[in-house]
This record gives sequence, structure tokens and C-alpha cells, in this order.
Amino acid sequence: MSANLINLLLEATGQTLYMVAVSTLLGTLFGLPLGVFLAISQRGELLSAPWLNKVLGLLVNATRSVPFIILVVAIIPFTRAIAGTSIGTTAAIVPLTIAAVPFIARLVENAIREVDGGLIEAARAMGATPFQIIRKVLIPEALPSITLGLTLAVVSLIGYSAMVGAVGGEGLGDLGIRYGYQRFMPDVMAVVVVILIVLVQLVQSIGEWIAARVDKRAPKGRGQ
Amino acid sequence: MTAHDSQAASITFESVGKSFTKPGGGIVDAISDVSLTVEAGTITGIIGRSGAGKSTMLRMVNGLERPTSGRVLVGDQDVGAARGAKLRTIRRDVGMIFQHFNLLSSRTVSENIALPLEISGMAASEIKTRVTDLVERVALSAQADRYPAELSGGQKQRVGIARALATEPKILLSDEATSALDPETTQTVLSLLKDINRDLGLTILLITHEMAVVRDIASHVAVIEGGRIVEAGTTYDVFIAPQHPTTRSFLSGVTGVTLPAFIKDKIRKQKPETDSEEVIRVTFAGKHATDPMLALLTRDLGIEVNILAGAVEEIGTQPFGNLLVSLNAAKGDEARAYLERHGLLTEVLGYVG
Repeated sequence: MSANLINLLLEATGQTLYMVAVSTLLGTLFGLPLGVFLAISQRGELLSAPWLNKVLGLLVNATRSVPFIILVVAIIPFTRAIAGTSIGTTAAIVPLTIAAVPFIARLVENAIREVDGGLIEAARAMGATPFQIIRKVLIPEALPSITLGLTLAVVSLIGYSAMVGAVGGEGLGDLGIRYGYQRFMPDVMAVVVVILIVLVQLVQSIGEWIAARVDKRAPKGRGQ
Repeated sequence: MTAHDSQAASITFESVGKSFTKPGGGIVDAISDVSLTVEAGTITGIIGRSGAGKSTMLRMVNGLERPTSGRVLVGDQDVGAARGAKLRTIRRDVGMIFQHFNLLSSRTVSENIALPLEISGMAASEIKTRVTDLVERVALSAQADRYPAELSGGQKQRVGIARALATEPKILLSDEATSALDPETTQTVLSLLKDINRDLGLTILLITHEMAVVRDIASHVAVIEGGRIVEAGTTYDVFIAPQHPTTRSFLSGVTGVTLPAFIKDKIRKQKPETDSEEVIRVTFAGKHATDPMLALLTRDLGIEVNILAGAVEEIGTQPFGNLLVSLNAAKGDEARAYLERHGLLTEVLGYVG
């Protein structure tokens, strides 16, 4: 493999990492509060707002039902408005983030719902405001689950990032298609796949390590 | 926690009712027309079976539930009418401990105890001093930096108690706090609650389904059944002269005085025509608790008495005894009159042919 190809691979790996990192960050920035809100805004919950909950829930479902490749194409005008262009790695971050927000929101929602209702009651009995309950009880207690959820989100985004080549986004997927498939270079394709496997493994291992570090609950199967 | 700036507060239930709307429609009354005064500084127990409404009553004291009719007062403040910041201020005066402890798994012992103080907006340095004191009070200094998952049930409940006391409340609510603990740990937790009541003078309202808990620490008791208070008074009075069948059935479990099986199987409510034995419960209270009354009965009236079961125990510092005896049914009236004249309480349980 030529030095030129190795450079291309390095560059593509960097682009993938950049797209995934920024979209995860932005996805969490919007997805976390949305997920918390979805978890606590049902009827009779901490911040009961059943109608808004329904509307947001429908919106989240709608976004998640659109196949990613169609989402990328469908929101090109929006992408252009935000990023100034609809082509390139930075532009690809827009659809990736749009896909990440509802996904992360649902993961966070599930994690928050798993928090024992007794803890919320205890905090209410202490005179906590809803915001204090979110910040001091719900998020810290859900953190191990949220961490695992975010790991899942990052792995999915690595997969999605391979598709944005369709609209001129770069990165590993794009390289694999252009060189490995269109120029009949199976060795490039193989290397791209190996790099993706290693990336996913790394992300998964790091995510699980962090989740174990923040998890102070008794190991499953013994104690409570 | 030596200096305590807050006075205990009383709790008043004024004709309180609470009804829920069932998911499928229709209304369920959890509590109906409950009036009860919990004097400041006492330990009062509400005893009832699950679903009797005791939990609803307790949760009204800190506004976790709101009455649908009547008023619940903490001191002179109407909890049911309070909202927002006003309600949160009242809640800081009312600590609560739970059956399943409800500790944050992500926080250490110290951090759990600090939580209500953080919520109240106390400065970090002040929190640190307060938490150190509290950890000492519940004898958990060695475990201060451990996580709840590393603690035993009794230790977890002690963390719960320290956390409930952190904001120096006037009232402590206990929601079946010992129901998940073994008997020995239960005793440790109960005596801690007793010490706290004595040292800090705060009012303790506890709910339980175990009469033993009431006997061991409560000075007053209310029995709840089907959402209504069926009996209330000092623990001693209720123990020696229970009026309601529910109270009696709770008591039979705790006094350890039950009929032996061979009698229980044969006993009848109706007095038979033929010769039979009358089975009587005799309760000795106060200064008569240790008198040899049955020996005197035999000596003075010549009535012979069979002892079937019995025990003498203490409520607070007062002794009381409970005996199940049988004697010739024909002499029953005479014997009971004699015993009552001497300050004992009697109750006919039935007849054995």
C-alpha cells in the first residue's frame, strides 16, 4: 500500500473521529435535556406536561423512523442554512446530530425512568425543587446507564458516518466506497473495515470501563 | 448535634379524607374522616394492615399526598394548603425515613447525609461540620466514605436516620423503617430512634404493621382499619384494654399469649347446657401486675383455676400481665366479679365442654 493511501486512511480516520465526536457532543447537549424532560413530563410525574410530552415523543419517533440516508438528503436545505454548505465533513455533522438527538434522548429517557421512584420521593420529602431532583438525584443515579447508552450512540454514529459520503461527507466509509469499491481496491476496503472494527471495540471498551467506574451499586445477583 | 434550636411540633389531622380516582373511573377512599392529634415531643405509632391507609396518613404530613377534605397541620401550618416554596420550607422541618432506605447509590454515606443540606442551600464548609457530627451520632464514622451497596440493612437505615435529621427537623416520619430489618437490627434502630426523641425532643410519627414496634418505643398509638381510626390512646391503655377487634388481633401477635391448640380447636362462643369450663383472659395492669390474684381467688372463693398461657411484660416502665385461664363455667360470673373488684380486667373468650 502506497504512502499516499496510508495518508488517505489516516486523514479519513481523523475525519470520522471528528464527525462522530462533534455530533455526539451536540447530540448529548440537546438529547440529554430532551430525554430527561421526556422521562419526567408524563402525567403525574415530576414536571407533569402530558401534551408537550406527547408532541415531543411523536417528533422523536418521526425523526427516528426516517432512514438515515434519506434524512441526510431530505434536510440538505437545512444543512446548508446551518453549515453554509451541504457538502463536506463539517456539513455532515448536521444530519448526524439530527439523528443523534432523538436517539440519545430515548436512551437517556430510559435510563432516567429506571431510577427508583423512592429516591425521587425522598428528595421531594427533603424539600428539593424539580431542578434539584434532576441535577442531584436523577442524573447521578442514572449515570451508569446513560454512559452505556452514549456508548451505544457513538457506535451507531460511527456506522452512520460511513453513509454521509453520499452527500460529499468524507471519512472512512467514503474512502472505502470510493477506493475499495469503485476503484476495485479490496485491500483498502479491508483496512477501512479493520479500522472501523478497532474503533468500535475501543469505544465499547472505554464506555464500559467508565460505566463500571461510575456504578456504585452492588454487583448484579447479590445484595440489593 | 447537641444544641438544637428548633422546638418539636405537633401534628393535627382535622377530619381528614383522601380519595383517589381509579384508573378505570370510580372513586376509592383511602382515608375517611380521620381526626388525630400527635402531641409535640411524643413517639406516636399508627398501626394497620397494608392498605389500611396508614401510609397515606403519614405522607400527608410532609405534603407528599394532599387531603381531599379536612386539614393536616404541622404546628400551626396547613400542609395541605401549602404550595411551592412554602411547602418546601415545611418539608425541611419534617424528616422522613423509609422501609427501603431510599439512599442514593451514587453517593457515599457522608454525601447522602449532605444531600438535604445541599438542597437547603447551606454553605459547603458548614455542611462538612454538620455531616461529621451526624455520622458520629449514628455511629458510622468508620463507614463515612463507603457507598450504600457496601453497608448492611441496619447501617443503611442509620444513614437514612442521619439524613432525615440533617436539617434539624421538628418532626421525624418513619415509614415502616424496620420492616425490612431482622429482629436484632430492628432493636438497634428502634433504640436509636428513642435516643433521638429523648435527646433532640422532636416528635416521631411512625407507621408499622408490627405491634412489637409500638410496644417498644411508642408512647401513643392509633389503630387504623379501612381508612378510619378505630382506636387511639396511650400505648399502655390500648394494650391493657383494647376495645376494637382489630386492635386485639394485632395484640394477640405481640403479647405472646395465645390459646394452646387443643383448646382453640374446641372452644365455642355459646355456653353449653352441660358442665363446661369458661376460658377467660385476665389482664393485670399497673400495681396489680405482679399480685398473686389467682391464688387469692382459690383461697377466698374456693374456685380452682387452670392456667393455659400467660406472660408478664413491660410497656415503657409499666408492667402488665396477660393470663389465659379456664375455670368451672358455673362459677364464672363470681370469679370475674372478684377479679374486677381487685382491679384486673377480664374478658370471656369462650367455653370448652
